[in-house]
Amino acid sequence: MTLNARIELALHNPHLQRALDANYTRSLEKRDLAMGALPNSALVRDRARAIRLEALRNLDQYLVQLEAQVTARGGVVHWAANAQDAGEIVARIAKAARARLVAKSKSMVSEEIHLNKRLQADGFEVVETDLGEYILQLRGDVPSHIVAPAIHLTRADVAKTFEEKLGLPAGVTPEQLATDIPLLTSMARKALRTVFVGAGVGISGVNFAVAETGALCLVSNEGNGRLVTSLPRVHIALMGIERVVPTMADLEVLLRVLSRSATGQNITCYTSLVCGPRRAQEPDGPEELHLVLVDNGRAAMLGGELAEALLCIRCGACLNVCPVYREIGGHAYGSVYPGPIGALVTPALGGMREFGELAQASSLCGACQEVCPVRIDIPTMLIKTRSLHLAATGGAPVWNAGIKMWSWAMRAPWMYRLGLRVAAWGAALLATAGPLRLPGPLAGWTDHREFPGIASSSFRARWAARQRAAAAAARAAAKSGERWEF
Amino acid sequence: MADAVRPEIGEATVAVLEAQGVKVEFPAAQTCCGQPAYNAGYRSEARAVAAHFLNVFDATSGPVVTPSGSCAAMVHHGFADLFGNDPVQLRRAQAVAARTRELSQFLVHDLKVTNVGARFNGRITYHPSCHQLRGLGEGTAPLALLAQVAGAELVPLAGAEECCGFGGLFSVKLPQVSGEMVARKTANIDASGAAVCVTCDPGCLMNIAGRLQREQKAARCVHLAEVLAGSVQA
Repeated sequence: MTLNARIELALHNPHLQRALDANYTRSLEKRDLAMGALPNSALVRDRARAIRLEALRNLDQYLVQLEAQVTARGGVVHWAANAQDAGEIVARIAKAARARLVAKSKSMVSEEIHLNKRLQADGFEVVETDLGEYILQLRGDVPSHIVAPAIHLTRADVAKTFEEKLGLPAGVTPEQLATDIPLLTSMARKALRTVFVGAGVGISGVNFAVAETGALCLVSNEGNGRLVTSLPRVHIALMGIERVVPTMADLEVLLRVLSRSATGQNITCYTSLVCGPRRAQEPDGPEELHLVLVDNGRAAMLGGELAEALLCIRCGACLNVCPVYREIGGHAYGSVYPGPIGALVTPALGGMREFGELAQASSLCGACQEVCPVRIDIPTMLIKTRSLHLAATGGAPVWNAGIKMWSWAMRAPWMYRLGLRVAAWGAALLATAGPLRLPGPLAGWTDHREFPGIASSSFRARWAARQRAAAAAARAAAKSGERWEF
Repeated sequence: MADAVRPEIGEATVAVLEAQGVKVEFPAAQTCCGQPAYNAGYRSEARAVAAHFLNVFDATSGPVVTPSGSCAAMVHHGFADLFGNDPVQLRRAQAVAARTRELSQFLVHDLKVTNVGARFNGRITYHPSCHQLRGLGEGTAPLALLAQVAGAELVPLAGAEECCGFGGLFSVKLPQVSGEMVARKTANIDASGAAVCVTCDPGCLMNIAGRLQREQKAARCVHLAEVLAGSVQA
């Protein structure tokens, strides 16, 4: 399905439109309140950006330091060059653990490398335990938001899914279920508890890994994250290589902006620091901890035109504020990472030909850059992505020719004036048979609004006429002055 | 765009400036800053047009004033990106950018004027264009000018800082999305009760005005210069 077809689908889904509108209003209000209440928030954001820049500038050193620290704490570090490598590493660890059931908490990297499909192909049963992800898995659906994966669904959708997949609890009508959030969550909790207890492997993502200490930081509003990382015998943590931060002090700064930007919270309900597997004297925790460092195109982004996108801490604020995301939702992007940052990251991670067109899904209004906690210049990079996409695909002939002609005309004033005249004639001609409708690639304009036409006399023509009249008046004045003298 | 589609904006701009005693010149060789091609990713085509812009305005002196926040933002930020690898052109671009102002900026910050003696009997609301507000970081100058318009009641616009959906070629490349966005904007303008929605960008203006017209709404979208020059009335 093309981008335009997916967009049409989203725009004509009133259900989705309601969910998106609610998300837009609610998430922005919460974010603005929390950020507004943070003292010196502008400086904190500057600092957060500086920390991320430093991490990327010396990424190689910090990753090696991280590996040494994690190893010193008893963990095992694996380097995955691409999605296939990462999938194989995880499958190998799970096989060695003799696990059949795998419990997962939320991880966008696991979505990026299509981990579930890979593990299921090897016969593992994989259960998503983040509530949003669990709902999606039951429905055979995919996330539409990087922080709130099921944001496109309403409570009624969830109730219907639970009724179908988990069964209606005794003595409860479907209507009652649809309004009873505590009951819905308790149904999920009941189903998931057995998964936590039975799983041989727990797979999590990583929000930040601290090079200084080897601590893996996970933020969440659900307890499932902690259960996944502590109950199963083996814990596998997946992270994109860019998510390293130098020190614990740096981590604190990033956490301050992450939770506020993502959900408008001063701090999330759970902020976990995983520092190695269970130690000898400890009563619980996993026996093995594996950290999989996933490159999958990130190293190639470094030093490139889209490197700045690697600063992203995946708060999702740019999705929430984006007027285009608000209209079309996440699925219309057709990529794992949607929204403004997704339109950069997805093509940059090696899919320029296939996904570069996502950069068109922006009016370049700059709202994303305004809310980005690490001040990523998303609009400028969307423009760069458009260039890279043109280079990768050659561009659409009609636009290539149109822009080329326009560019020529704009370099020569006489051609510009001629162009204006032709456009004015053309517009007048098109308007003779009723309301003006623009042709070809411009038709979209008049599908949704009127086109005013081209002025029969341009500003420059009026200005030139004014200058001529002024000059004539000056000459006349000069002449009459001569007469007086005479 | 003011030149071709709504020359009245240019005339009003000249009138407002001349009323302040400014001597206005219009270099006849000027065309466009190159933004449409730049935003679409056609860098070399954009660079060629931007170079023409530099040739024209390098030969002038004094402030370069434009009745478009978007064009001003392009000169300030887009040129720096386009000529980032060309130190000679970059220096010229920076010199021209340092002289370039959007109209309200020039009036308020350079001339230190907020009351230009304009009158408008009716309700006014203001749509800050994205490139004016976030590109140039200019949120206050237009409002300061509008606050001094005699007879005008300045009313708030819900969702004022949300994009109107113009976005240059975005409006024809993803017309359905752009259409939804501008419909939201016109609904908010309608709800504000204003007779006119004022903006500092001909692009937004053409988009919003076109939608208001399509929906046969009573409100109109006009340029700040037109209100300040007294060339539009309720």
